[in-house]
Amino acid sequence: MIEQVAEPLPASGFEKVVLELEVNNHPGVMSHVCGLFARRAFNVEGILCMPLPDGRRSRIWLTVFADQRLEQLVRQLERLVDVLEVRRHGADHEVFVQLERFFQ
Amino acid sequence: MMTMTGAELIVRLLEQQGIETIVGIPGGAILPLYDALSQSKRIRHVLARHEQGAGFMAQGMARVTGKPAVCFASSGPGATNLVTAIADARLDSIPLVAITGQVPLAMIGTDAFQEVDIYGMTIPITKHNFLVRSAAELLEVIPQAFRIAMSGRPGPVLVDVPKDVQNQLVTFERLPVPAVPDPLPPLDEPAIAAAARLIDEAERPVLYLGGGVIHADAAPLAVTLAEQTAMPTTMTLMALGAMPVDHPLSLGMLGMHGARYTNFVLQEADLLVCVGARFDDRAIGKASQFCPEAKVIHIDIDRAELGKIRRPDVAIHGDVKAVLQALLPRVRAQLRKRWLSHVAGLKSRFPLVLEGREDPRSHYGLVQAVAKALDDEAVVVTDVGQHQMWVAQAYPLRRPRQWLTSGGLGTMGFGLPAAIGAALAEPQRTVVCFTGDGSLKMNIQEMATLAEEGGNVKIVLMNNQSLGLVYQQQNLFYGKRVIASNYRRPTDFVKIAEGFGLEALDLDRSEHPEADLAAILRRPGPALIHCSIERERFVYPMVPPGAANTEMIEG
Repeated sequence: MIEQVAEPLPASGFEKVVLELEVNNHPGVMSHVCGLFARRAFNVEGILCMPLPDGRRSRIWLTVFADQRLEQLVRQLERLVDVLEVRRHGADHEVFVQLERFFQ
Repeated sequence: MMTMTGAELIVRLLEQQGIETIVGIPGGAILPLYDALSQSKRIRHVLARHEQGAGFMAQGMARVTGKPAVCFASSGPGATNLVTAIADARLDSIPLVAITGQVPLAMIGTDAFQEVDIYGMTIPITKHNFLVRSAAELLEVIPQAFRIAMSGRPGPVLVDVPKDVQNQLVTFERLPVPAVPDPLPPLDEPAIAAAARLIDEAERPVLYLGGGVIHADAAPLAVTLAEQTAMPTTMTLMALGAMPVDHPLSLGMLGMHGARYTNFVLQEADLLVCVGARFDDRAIGKASQFCPEAKVIHIDIDRAELGKIRRPDVAIHGDVKAVLQALLPRVRAQLRKRWLSHVAGLKSRFPLVLEGREDPRSHYGLVQAVAKALDDEAVVVTDVGQHQMWVAQAYPLRRPRQWLTSGGLGTMGFGLPAAIGAALAEPQRTVVCFTGDGSLKMNIQEMATLAEEGGNVKIVLMNNQSLGLVYQQQNLFYGKRVIASNYRRPTDFVKIAEGFGLEALDLDRSEHPEADLAAILRRPGPALIHCSIERERFVYPMVPPGAANTEMIEG
C-alpha cells in the first residue's frame, strides 16, 4: 500500500529521507501510524507496509521530507506503543526506487 | 488451571490491580461484565447519569490520587459519550482506563444496533487503545492497559470488549501479575551537569513548573530547587499548588490570565528552567516573543515535548523527580539579591489586583470567602470559564493535587463529576466545586449521582446568566456584537438542586452571607451554594489570543 497521506510541501526544497518502522502486526497499527501524520500535520510522501515472515510484526517504510519537523515526527512515532523501532535511511534507499515504475 | 468467562477475568484483573471503585453506566453490550461485577466483593460500582459524567468521575479519582481509575460504558452512544472525558484526560495526562462493551465480534462492521468503531474513534485521543478479539487476550491486555496508563507521561487507555468475548470461557494456569509502571529512563548525567552550569551562571533565572511536576510527585523537590538557587517560580494552570502561592518565590500563574508582573518577570529572564510543562499557547502567548532573552532548560518525561514548541539549550529527557533529585546537589546555593529585589519591584508595580475581594458576593470575594472557611486539606475543583480563572488567580492553593481543573481541553461540564470522583476517592476531604451557570448545565444530571452517593461536595455556583468568557471575548474583540452568549431566561438552580435532593444555599437572599457560607461548607454532605455575580465583570488581566504575554489588557 502506498498513498499520499498529506499535502506535499509547497516548496519542497527539502531533502527526502526514508524511515523504516518495526511495528506490531495487528489490524489497528496502520490506523495509528497514518492517523498520526494527518493529526500532527506532518508531510508524508509515501507509505509501504507488509508483514514480516514471523507474522507477529510488520515493517512500514515511509518517505518524508527532512524539514525542521523531522525530529518531532520521529519522536511522535516512537511514542506510539505499537512502534517498536524507527530507523532512518537516505532518500536513495532502494525500497521506493524500485516501486517508482508502478507510479508512472 | 482456572476457567472463567472473559467478563469474570476482567473483574478479577481489576480487583488485583487494586481498583475499588468503578463508575459507569450499563447497557446491552456490557451486561456480561456488569453481571460479573455484581459478584465482586472488592469493587463497588457508582452509577453515573451520563457516560461523560462517568469518565470525569474516574478522572476526579485519578487526579486526586495519582493512580489509574476505571470507567465502564456500553457500546455505541455509551462509548461515544465517553469521548470528551477521554480527550480531556489525554491533554492533561491523566491515567484513565476506559472499558467499553462492543457488539459481538461477528457483527462488527455490519452497522449492528449500537455499534460504533470506538477503537478507531479514540486512536487520536488515547495514549493507546485495544479491541479485544478473544478472552485469552485479556490476560495480557488488561495489565498492559494499566501499565501504559501510568507509565512515563500518564494518559488514558481504552479497552473495547465485544459482548461474546465477555461471555467466552478462557482457561489459564494463573493470573498475570498486576501491572507496575515501566522503569524510569536512565539519568542523562551530562545534560544534568550542563543544566546545573546554566543555573549557576544565570543572573535572572525563572523556574517554570507544569503539570508534570504534580504527576511525578516532584513538587517538594521543585520548591527545594527554587529555594536553594533563589529562582522565582511560576506555575502553569495545571501546576497550581506545586509551590504554595504565598511562598516568597512564587510568581503565581503565568500566561493569558496571569498577573502582569509575572509575565514581565518572564520577559526579562535570562534562563528559563521548564519542568514538566509544554509551552502551551495559553501559558506562553506568542511563542516567538516568550522569554526572548532566555536560554531554556527543558526537563520532561515525554521526549516529543522537548523542542516541540521551543528549542531548548539543554534538553533533559527523564522523570522530573529523578532529574531534580540529581540536579539539586549539583547547583550552587545562591541568594540572587539583585534579581529578587528587581522581581519584588515589578510585583509591587504590576501586582495582581483582586477587586472586590472583601465582598463575599463578588467573584473574587466569594473565592476568598470559601478559602477562608476551609483549610488546605480541601480539594478545589473548577469547571471551565471565567470562574475557573478567578479561582486560579484568587484561591490560595498550597498543596499538590489540591487543585483539579480541565486545563488542556478546557471542558465545560468537567467540574461536578470530577468533584464527585475526588470525593469518592478521598471521602475524608471537603471537595469544593466552583462552577458557572454555563458549565454546571453541561453535566447537571450528576447532581443525582451526588445525592445518591452523599459525597462531601460543595458546588459553588457563580451565576452571571451567560457564557461569560464568550461574552467577554465578544465585548473585547468582536466589536461588542454579542451573540449566543447570554441566557434569556433565568434558571432556578436552587430549586433544581433541591429537586435532586441536595441542600441549597442562595447567597443572594442571605442576610449573613459569610457566616451562612462558612456554616454550609463545614456541614458534611453535598450542597449547592448559589451566588449571582455581575455579568460585566471580566477576567483581567488578559492577553488577547495570539498576542505576546507582555501585551496584556486591563479592565
